Order: sequence, then structure tokens, then C-alpha cells
Amino acid sequence: MKLTNRSKVVSDKNMTMKERLYLPAIATGMGITFMHLFKKSVTVEYPAQQRPFADVYRGHHVLKRDEQGRERCTACGLCALACPAEAITMTAAEREPGEEHLYREEKYAKVYEINMLRCIFCGLCEEACPKEAIFLTKRIVHAEYEREDFVYGKDKLVESADSDKRIDVSIRQTPQVLEFKKDNTKRHNK
Amino acid sequence: MDANFFIYKLILIAAILGLSLLVAMYATLLERKLAAFFQDRLGPNRAGKWGLLQPLADGVKLFFKEEFIPASADKFLYVLGPSLSMLVALLTSAVIPWGPSINIGGTEYALQVANVNIGVLYLFAIVSIGVYGIMIGGWASNNKYALLGAVRASSQMISYELALGLSIVALVMTSGSLNLSEIVNQQDGFKWNIFYQPLGFIIFLICAFAETNRAPFDLPECETELIGGYHTEYSSMKLGFYLFAEYINMFVSGAIIATLFLGGYDFPGIDQLGLSQNALAAAGFLVLFAKISFIIFLFMWIRWTLPRFRYDQLMKLGWKKLLPLAVLNIILTGFISLLMQ
Repeated sequence: MKLTNRSKVVSDKNMTMKERLYLPAIATGMGITFMHLFKKSVTVEYPAQQRPFADVYRGHHVLKRDEQGRERCTACGLCALACPAEAITMTAAEREPGEEHLYREEKYAKVYEINMLRCIFCGLCEEACPKEAIFLTKRIVHAEYEREDFVYGKDKLVESADSDKRIDVSIRQTPQVLEFKKDNTKRHNK
Repeated sequence: MDANFFIYKLILIAAILGLSLLVAMYATLLERKLAAFFQDRLGPNRAGKWGLLQPLADGVKLFFKEEFIPASADKFLYVLGPSLSMLVALLTSAVIPWGPSINIGGTEYALQVANVNIGVLYLFAIVSIGVYGIMIGGWASNNKYALLGAVRASSQMISYELALGLSIVALVMTSGSLNLSEIVNQQDGFKWNIFYQPLGFIIFLICAFAETNRAPFDLPECETELIGGYHTEYSSMKLGFYLFAEYINMFVSGAIIATLFLGGYDFPGIDQLGLSQNALAAAGFLVLFAKISFIIFLFMWIRWTLPRFRYDQLMKLGWKKLLPLAVLNIILTGFISLLMQ
């Protein structure tokens, strides 16, 4: 198999006078570096300039709310079960009377934590979720100073109730995904 | 010796000192910028436009770093090392003629701090002291890496000083003078020494790289093997002195190469421009400065092109290649000048 035309046959024959002088080779090398002075820089000046993400990039998770601003998650634990890295933990609680505007169903997740150091961003939690509550988004998980800070709680995961601060995940609902989700025989949590 | 002369010399010394420091400062920025461009990067661009304030920021940073002296170090020698490096780097510029003489109020003043008859010998004396700064610093640190770096530095500088000296011997044979301003005057009108001594020029250039410890001869530092070489234990402004001395050395050796081989402040046709004497001096200085800048660029260009020598290769090149070539150059020069008579 030949990938490039740049391969050379290696031999241990004695060097010629020109090769032993080194000066021609040095001149060639300096010519090559000199040409690089005029090449365009490959630097991406990161905070000011960001490279585009793929539409299906899997980053920082979001716990969605429904149209009325109620949390969709019912703490069924399927995401934690599906998670190959065992990064998700949760504690369920029962909805009290008067909290109907906060949680959609009678059971909700009082604590919901994802350890971002364990998470491998495979997206199986998103796939497992029967309530379409958890999604991976294009947001980057930032660096932290302490390991504990990488355990993201509900404060970082649940999206804001304000309608203009909602996180759009419609890009992940491709026709194929919707079609796939209709067919219950293919779901691993049937 | 009147007061005017004394004041003039003081001003000149201050100007040359300031210029050396300024050039060395901005050479650090240029080095980093060029390194970046050679590697398709952008280089420092956060401090000021195009990173123009970067040297200032670096200086401030070095000043505020912890001044650390190892407990087992010899305190006196430890401080002496970087001071000596800096001193020697600055001393050399005294004998370099920076331009044609200027005329202030009917009196001629040479743009040279000390017009000594043994200018070339003076250069040699100072350059060979240069090794002491590194040697003492590396020894006083009481650290294996520093000591190894210092040993390498001294053996390298001593080995290459020989070829350096012999290449100048051939030059002195043709010029017949050790006076630097006379050597420059002889090259007036594009009779640059590089055309008469091409082999000598190449030998001198290679040895200049070795004497300033620049890549590919940066074995005394050699990050990959010796961490930082002789300045491993140094921090704060003492480290700054070592690094800064390297850039001043680059500037000064650029000036020496330009003076000895590239005609100094001479440029073909500069006398025909009809400039007044003082304007001519300024133009001459600019020409010299352009030549020095090119050589500084060459230093950096080579640093980012060639990898470092292995130690045995370094010694082989110095003793088995450059030294015989320099001797051959002397013999050839003598032979040809005999034929020319």
C-alpha cells in the first residue's frame, strides 16, 4: 500500500561529498522554513473565535422542562441504568400538593447528579429516557479547580423555566430519531 | 582631553548601552514572533498591538518572581555568574565603530567609544571571558544538570574559539590592521571582506553561533537533556540576566560580523548621495543596523531550522573540520597575497 509519493528507499551507503558537507542540506532546510513565514497561520484564537460544532455534538447535558415549565424527569432511573460509565445518580421524591407547577408527574428527582469526570458522552442516557427529559447539547463542559465541582447537580443540569432561556434540542430530533423512537421493539428498555 | 570630549563619550556610552538593551529586549519578541511564523502560529499578540509590550510584560514578570538561591549554593559565585555574563555581553560593544564620524560645532567626533589599535584583540579577550559567567554560574548552583551544562559550555566555547581566532587571523593578514575602524574604512566602496574571505566568513559565522550558545550549538542549555543547563537553578532577574545576555551577545556578534566581513557602515553609493556629514553618519548607522538586523534574523532563522548537535558531533565539527579549514584558509590567504605582490 502506498499512501504518499514521499517515501524514500532507506540505504546505508556512504554519503557523497555533497551530503557530507551538509551546507546544501542546511540551505534546503532553511528554504523550507523560510517558505513557512508566508504561510497562513493555523491558529484558532479560541475564546474570540470558535470552530463550528457538529449538529449532533454530544456535550453538557440538559434536563428539559415541558411547555408549561414543569420538569419532565420522573426519576425512573433508566438513564442511570443505561449509563455505561455509571456517572448518573438520583434520589426520587414524591410530589407534594401545590407543586404541580414544578413537576409534571407524581414522582420527581429530588437529587440528580452527573459526574462529568466519569461521563463518556455516549448519549445512551438520552436514548434510554422514556420521558424525553435528558439531552446532550452543544455546550462544552468547562474546566474546574476541584474534582467535586465536576459532579453536576440539578442547578447546572435543569434548564431555566424562562421561555426565552430554554435550550433548543430540536436539532437532535431528526426524522430518523423520531422514527426510531416510535418503534418500541428496537428500544433497549422495552 | 577637554570636558566636551568627556561629555560626548559619556553620552555615546549611554546611547550604546541603551540601544543594546532595547535591541535585546525586542529581539526576544522578534524571536518568539519568528518562531511562531516559522511554525505557522501567531505568536504573542495579547500585550499591546502585535505583542509590542510583551518584552515589558516579561521583564515585569521576571522581576516579581521569587529570588531563589539553593541552600548548598556558593552565594557569592551564584550572584557573580549572571552579573559576569551581562557585563561581558555589554563590554564588547565599546570598540565597534557605529558610523562615520559626526561633526558638532566644527569638531570631529567618532561614533566609537574606544578607537583602540588592538580592537580585534580586545574583542577576543572579552569573548573568552564570556565562558566564565556560564562556568561560574553552573558550578555555584551545586546541581548536576547545571554543572554538566557549564562543562559543556566551557569545552564548546574553548573549542570554537580556536577556529574563530584562526579565521580572524586570515582576515588580519589581508587587512594588515587590528584596528576595527580601519578595517571598516578599508572595506569602503563594496570591497567587503566577505568577498575576499568567503571561507573565513563561514567559519567565523559558525563559530559565532557556537560562542553565543545559539541553536544548533545550544548544548549548554539543552532543555531536553539538562532541563535548563547552566541556569537550571536560577530564577527571577538572575535568570533574566542570563537570557538577556544571550540576546545582547547576538546583537553584538551581529555587529562584529557586520564590521569585520560585511563592510560595517559602508554601503555602495552612499557617498554619492550628497548628504551632509552628520546625515551621512546617520545613514551609515542605519546601514550598519540593517546589517545587524539581518544577522539577528539569520541567528533566529537557523535556530528554528536546525536541530541541536550531539556532543561528539559538536567536538568533531570543531576540532576535525573547522580548525583544519581555518588553518587551510590562513595558508591559502598567505599564498594568494604572496602571488598578488
